[in-house]
Amino acid sequence: MITVTDATKDWGDFRALDGVSLDVPSGSLTALLGPSGSGKSTLLRAIAGLETLDSGRIEIGGVDVTDVPPQRRGIGFVFQHYAAFRHMTVRDNVGFGLSIRKVAKPTIHSRVDELLELVGLGGLQDRYPAQLSGGQRQRMALARALAIQPEVMLLDEPFGALDAKVRAELRDWLRHLHDEVHVTTILVTHDQEEALDVADHIAVLNHGRLEQVGNPTDLYDHPANSFVMGFLGSVSRLGHTLVRPQHIELRKLAPGEEPVVTDWSAAKITERAVVERVTHLGFETRVELVTLPSGDRFTAALTRKNANELDLAVGDSVLATADRDTEHATFDDWSI
Amino acid sequence: MRQSRTLRLSLRALATVYLGLLVAVPVTMILVRALAPGLRTWWQWVTTPAAISALNLTLLIIAIVVPLNVVFGVITALALARGRFPGRAVLQTLVDLPFAVSPVVVGVAMIALWGTNGWFGWLPQHGIRVVYALPAMVLATSFVTMPFVVREVEPVLRELGTDQEQAAATLGASRFQVFSRITLPAIRWGLTYGVVLTISRALGEYGAVLLVSSNLPGVSQTLTLLVHGRFVDDHNVYGAYAASTVLMGLALVTLLVTTLLDHWKKQR
Repeated sequence: MITVTDATKDWGDFRALDGVSLDVPSGSLTALLGPSGSGKSTLLRAIAGLETLDSGRIEIGGVDVTDVPPQRRGIGFVFQHYAAFRHMTVRDNVGFGLSIRKVAKPTIHSRVDELLELVGLGGLQDRYPAQLSGGQRQRMALARALAIQPEVMLLDEPFGALDAKVRAELRDWLRHLHDEVHVTTILVTHDQEEALDVADHIAVLNHGRLEQVGNPTDLYDHPANSFVMGFLGSVSRLGHTLVRPQHIELRKLAPGEEPVVTDWSAAKITERAVVERVTHLGFETRVELVTLPSGDRFTAALTRKNANELDLAVGDSVLATADRDTEHATFDDWSI
Repeated sequence: MRQSRTLRLSLRALATVYLGLLVAVPVTMILVRALAPGLRTWWQWVTTPAAISALNLTLLIIAIVVPLNVVFGVITALALARGRFPGRAVLQTLVDLPFAVSPVVVGVAMIALWGTNGWFGWLPQHGIRVVYALPAMVLATSFVTMPFVVREVEPVLRELGTDQEQAAATLGASRFQVFSRITLPAIRWGLTYGVVLTISRALGEYGAVLLVSSNLPGVSQTLTLLVHGRFVDDHNVYGAYAASTVLMGLALVTLLVTTLLDHWKKQR
């Protein structure tokens, strides 16, 4: 269990962390999610001891480590740009923490072999980091951090420097590794898809503040505010209400048909719109629309089947409706 | 860009002639003149007591200056690359100063500071001789060679960043272990080139050292001073040639070691 209490940190005039309190359960894989400048990396580095807080406390496993240097926090840290020791072989990189701890050479040797097998780098012991791909380097960095059997693994945008395909692979792999090793892990990311995909807990940060913590489904279905809603998943604005694009229902209007609105209750949002563009994205169809009187643009996401039934074409008039109830995340937004 | 054959050849010829006139011909001249009377004569002139003393003094100065520049050069480079302190810009300029100031001025300044009428002029009364003795020659040589290690190591440190050092710290390495096992190996090539440049410059330093040395043959002459002394004061032209070959030999060894290290580095 990691407990952060009221963490605050200023960089000159910029408040990177503004009274963040967060509990990370033991054995969980928690994502710190937020846009750049939201303070997520600062929070992670503060937990690692690589930054000192201006005020606040950090506990790891019930021990107050606020003033403990990173060397003695029992953490493993993985950097976005790998931080591979370039002048050392893969073997020496992974064995570094153990050799600092004066573990006997044969023990280091066999432990490194084990770890490299675990991260899928078996046989590359004598390579130098420069001879590895980005994905391999990052797996080496993970093995290096795991070697000292840390209580906590801290990953700072670990897949940020990799291309999309390798990133997706490593994401799956990390998920499986976590199931196997089960060390409490915190991962910093600005990619909501990555957070939803990998983490069992997500903490959303914005402007140095914690917006919401919860499991991915909760955050997606019941966002605490419009920022969380907009950051996790896509959002359309129907009238003055933010809704998920897939929660918008479309009904095609026949030429000249005057729509009859039957439900005027506040639980239903209704707008007249014209189809501007239809895009087929494999399993779903995205319809870009313009509301009639106001000229606001929004997007609706339909299933392929639904779209085929409606058979929408550019210029068609439609009636767009969305429900406003506990099942559907919506927020009123009068900012425009 | 495509160049015509003629242009390419004439450019090459121009470069060769330029380097030849400037470097190769004078160096060859000295070798020819020094070896013309035979190896025996040459050997006699490079093994006179004054010549041996000059060689020893030169090597002694280098042996003191190199560790000094390594230690303070690395500390300065660390401060410049990593530090965020007021006056960093001033320090940057200060490091380049020895490149800008004529060595003779350095010598004059040192006499002004350490000489009888200088701020530290009271030191000789307590038996500590600085000017016209070894300490001043070492100080003068350190001064003119100071930028080399700093300027070679600083960009390497910047390029290195702090990620690797922080990673080592999270793996349990103490500050000293981080420096000795991560930082030092990462800057060793920059440091090596800095040392090589320092040695080359120290071998040839003349102006600053001349002013602060008592310039006595067999006592306080470096090889460079010996060459000058034999040539100008003693009108011993041949002795100057012979001593020059020793200096050239030392420079050659330094270059050779660098090339070998470079080769070894590329093979890794």
